[in-house]
Amino acid sequence: MAADHRNPILIDNLKTRFKDEIVSTSRFKDEVTHLVTKSALVKICEFLKTDPALQMNYLVDVIGVDYRPALPRFEVVYHLYSIGQRHRIRLKVKVGEDESLPSVTGIWPAADFPEREAYDMYGIIFDGHPNLTRIYMPHDWDGFPLRKDYPLRGYKDEYNPFGQEKEELL
Amino acid sequence: MAEPEENLATNEITLHFGPQHPSAHGLLHLIVKMQGEKIVNVNPDIGYLHRGTEKIAENLLYHQFVPYTDRLDYLCAMSNNLAYVMAVEKLLDIEIPERTKYIRVVAAELSRIAGHLLCVGAWGMDLGAMTILLYAMRERELVLDIFEMLCGARMTLSYMRVGGVRYDFNEECQEACLNLVKIMPARIDEYERILTGNRVWLKRNKAVGVLSADEAITIGLSGPALRASGVNWDIRKHEPYLVYDRMDFVVPTGETGDCLDRYLVRIEEMRQSLRIIEQAVTAMPPGPFNVDDAQLVPPPHAQTYDNMENLIHHFKYVSHGFKVPPGEAYASIESPKGELGVYIVSDGTEKPFRLKLRMPTFMNLQSLAQMCKGGYLADVVACLSSLDPVFGECDK
Repeated sequence: MAADHRNPILIDNLKTRFKDEIVSTSRFKDEVTHLVTKSALVKICEFLKTDPALQMNYLVDVIGVDYRPALPRFEVVYHLYSIGQRHRIRLKVKVGEDESLPSVTGIWPAADFPEREAYDMYGIIFDGHPNLTRIYMPHDWDGFPLRKDYPLRGYKDEYNPFGQEKEELL
Repeated sequence: MAEPEENLATNEITLHFGPQHPSAHGLLHLIVKMQGEKIVNVNPDIGYLHRGTEKIAENLLYHQFVPYTDRLDYLCAMSNNLAYVMAVEKLLDIEIPERTKYIRVVAAELSRIAGHLLCVGAWGMDLGAMTILLYAMRERELVLDIFEMLCGARMTLSYMRVGGVRYDFNEECQEACLNLVKIMPARIDEYERILTGNRVWLKRNKAVGVLSADEAITIGLSGPALRASGVNWDIRKHEPYLVYDRMDFVVPTGETGDCLDRYLVRIEEMRQSLRIIEQAVTAMPPGPFNVDDAQLVPPPHAQTYDNMENLIHHFKYVSHGFKVPPGEAYASIESPKGELGVYIVSDGTEKPFRLKLRMPTFMNLQSLAQMCKGGYLADVVACLSSLDPVFGECDK
């Protein structure tokens, strides 16, 4: 893999600078992943974008993952790419159910839609997002469909006779 | 042109464009705020076609999900198939046969041509040039015929499977591809004769929806629309997958980042795709088109009747699927619309724990507001068409 020699930059640059903020680092299938603390997320993202060796100027995606019953429950995954340096990196943050995490829309405006999607599907709150509303589901929807405890066929109501009864689940 | 009405004070009005609108390319609802006819803001309201594909994926076996990917970007289903199977194969850590790689390259490029043809055709129609749609459809038919030869389907192909492809690429397909390569360049010239020098087309597209390279990058644009802004980034070239590193092709880029550049980039990409198809078809080596692993690939149909071993394998494949080792992987391809990525979290079972589709239309749509601001209402249609949105994939 051509990108192999660059991986040390992705790991060491960050690790020396953010010793305490990076909880763990892994390399799997040639993909570098850093699990970072929530409080340092914005600081690390800013560094990733501005550091001349890293130049992560392109936000690929923001992804929510539900690890119920683990605590904290959610993980938010950021895929970043550098159009100048041609390398990718993945950041992860753990978020509890009643917690929120800072939005990165200030650094990459491209995070607008994917953060809204993560909110829509998991109910993860991004502080500082300019317009954190549902994006796929109707605005008055009840519940967060991609959560692991949300039934596959939804809840039963007048429009959805095949859904599960809400009481049955309790 | 100095326009005295520039500062004309009127009440801001809100116009609802869609969700049922002939130029919206599907179910898109735009909330357009206007001062007179000038756009103040455009707010896309999406989700009318949301089917919960990611939730469905979490409840299906890995091989059962392939047909669902066809229904994402239904205009170029091959690309969706490819991105998904590549992600699963990355997790499984398997190397697909050489022949399959070539077949997949041909299939992906054919689907790029099919996608771009519809983009240019529908775009022309939106701006009042009906002829081009009919011409584009005529050539799209050639591509769809090849798909039909390959797998019997024209739209929802499900041609690729984890570990290979469903059917072999036979000589008939090869001839049809070479025939397409022969016919197509002259047809593309024909489109260019109709559009590229056309005064109306130029008026409607030139200097409309301009995005600078920096703006395009920060807003998350990818694919032809990003390259039209002068950013040379093509995943096929810069993170080559399959056998794209052995192919000789040029990544076209634009200069100004207006709608016309986005059109020109797509036209040139079609020409380059034809070059890739020609190279891949002629260089395609003989050999198997599936991995030799009975767990991943079901045995040939006829053999399941008289061979006990194969009957068992077939039963296991259909009813249990295969286990994927735990871990997470992200695979991305250059789809006709941009970066199409699939992120899979596996917990070691037969079903993905989490599957996230990074859809190019969804991300590209964010740039619409920036493109349209300050322009006229009629330019919204041009800007929207220049992004080539498909709502099957945007809303997943």
